[in-house]
Amino acid sequence: MTALLEVEGLTKRFGGVAAVDDCSFSVEAGTITALIGPNGSGKTTAFNMITGYLKQDSGTVRFDGGAVERARPAQLYRRGLSRTFQQARIFPELTAIENLVVAAGFSWRDLFGRRVSKRDEERARRMLDEFRLSHLADLPAGDLSYGQRKLLEFAAVLMSSPKLVLLDEPTAGVNPVMIDAMERHIRERNAAGVTFLIVEHDMQLVMRLCDPVIVLDQGAPIAFGPPAAIQTDERVLEAYLGG
Amino acid sequence: MKPVGRAGLLRAGIFFLLLALIPVLGAPGWLLTTLIFTVMYAGLASSWNLVGGYAGYPSLGHVAFFGIGAYAIGLVFTNSVGSGFEPFLLLPVIGVAVGLLSIPVGWIAMRTRADVFAIVTITLLFITQTLAFNLKDLTGGAQGKSVAPPPFPVETFDWPFYYAMVVMLAIAMAISLYFRRSKIGLSLATVRADEDKAHGIGVRVTAVKLLAFAVSCGLVAMIGGVWAYYVGFIYPQFAVDPLITIGMVLMAFLGGRGTLWGPVLGAFILVPAQEYFAQTFGASELYLLAYAAVFIVIMLFLPRGILPSVSERLARRRLAARGPGESPGTDAARPVDPAVRMEAAR
Ligand SMILES: Nc1ncnc2c1ncn2[C@@H]1O[C@H](COP(=O)(O)OP(=O)(O)O)[C@@H](O)[C@H]1O
Ligand SMILES: [Mg+2]
Repeated sequence: MTALLEVEGLTKRFGGVAAVDDCSFSVEAGTITALIGPNGSGKTTAFNMITGYLKQDSGTVRFDGGAVERARPAQLYRRGLSRTFQQARIFPELTAIENLVVAAGFSWRDLFGRRVSKRDEERARRMLDEFRLSHLADLPAGDLSYGQRKLLEFAAVLMSSPKLVLLDEPTAGVNPVMIDAMERHIRERNAAGVTFLIVEHDMQLVMRLCDPVIVLDQGAPIAFGPPAAIQTDERVLEAYLGG
Repeated sequence: MKPVGRAGLLRAGIFFLLLALIPVLGAPGWLLTTLIFTVMYAGLASSWNLVGGYAGYPSLGHVAFFGIGAYAIGLVFTNSVGSGFEPFLLLPVIGVAVGLLSIPVGWIAMRTRADVFAIVTITLLFITQTLAFNLKDLTGGAQGKSVAPPPFPVETFDWPFYYAMVVMLAIAMAISLYFRRSKIGLSLATVRADEDKAHGIGVRVTAVKLLAFAVSCGLVAMIGGVWAYYVGFIYPQFAVDPLITIGMVLMAFLGGRGTLWGPVLGAFILVPAQEYFAQTFGASELYLLAYAAVFIVIMLFLPRGILPSVSERLARRRLAARGPGESPGTDAARPVDPAVRMEAAR
């Protein structure tokens, strides 16, 4: 197997406190990898550095063979690395369809073309159908419920045909029906060849869905392996219970 | 968004037809003068809206480009304007040149955001005014600079300037409409809402910001050129007047930022109001207080500007009429009426 994403010695300090501390791990192509850890263990910060939203103090990120020296989110996105945010960042004034269209990426020429062309609209509607959000297509995204926004943001990042998708707590604050929907979409996309790295607090979901699992504590990995092994790992139990 | 339908085109058609007919129907001089300034501000506010409204970058320095456009006309046409129409022919050149000139300025200023951006652009205003006072060879300094008088007949003297302003407004609104209906507007909307996220999904953020800024500044400079030719005399304190900047910003806010008609509506309320108060309160600066009062009262009741607030209220009423029990924010699937969008304002 080849690693699609390799993180080496990644470090970020906020005022002397290391949020991510000499963190190394890799994500194999085709997997649904989980990144778990107690609150404040640096998962979101690691995501921010991997996707170029935050500059690391030191360490390297390699995505799809190329080193990411000065990572720019836009370039990474075009190369197939996309993400969602813990607090679902959608564009509230744009309609659900427009949220998908703008995330799909377009050429310089299209920039001067129609806001939503026939082709754009067809593609976006197909994606919304898949996510059972068609009835919300023409509504401003700001009118959607929290769960619907999370689904919409997920659908939007898929529009660019990514290779690797980072999901930051996709099911937090979402009702059980939508959690099932989210799980189904992740499985379907994974079967279609998309690799996932998922931060998730719902352990049952992690155990069902993910393999392998990376456990982060105080900014560094303390365990790595299949879910069954992680469940009984001494250090992991201590981090969660003793921390 | 839906394409602007027939109703929208009809509205625009009637509006511009009325504007075109007013002089022909024998409008009195005072009305035409007021209208020239009203349409001028409608054009300025519409141009400002491209960057201040759609991109969410509230420039307070736009009058700098107005002044540059004014001085360009003054410099070229100090001694003669030929048939009288040559200055109008120079306007496209001024627009393109100032648009290009504004790109490096925008590139620097737009590295800051929101309130910092507003302050950075204010300094632009004062730098330009200071230059206008001090580059005496070019601008005549505080003595001012005159434009040669046009050989227009007395009874229709104002007409060319009036129609020039109307054409400028039409151009600004056409560009505004084009932005909204293209992916430029879609991209600008993401920049306004969440610029970092926009970067993150590959939106050409810098390009669309600079495009909006350059087009906006070019248009403002052209309008400044028409103004200079009309008033015939250019003083630094009037050509680069903070009140002009404030005027275009207030009008866009009042009518509704980021809408097509909002800036026009704002101008058609505030400019006549200002004229009226200026007449009523005479030369004292009291009229500015009344002017501010109008603005504050309307913004208190319609904080997002007239058009967005009104259309939101209409949408809410329509939603309420559909029956209770539909509160947004539940995960349950709910019936949805696409018509309940804030379409009119967008
Ligand atoms: N922008 C920031 N400034 C200062 N401290 C931060 C910032 N972002 C995160 N932190 C701190 O870094 C640590 C890790 O945070 P985070 O990555 O959000 O953890 P997680 O996502 O695992 O819950 C926390 O202690 C948090 O308070
Ligand atoms: Mg987090």
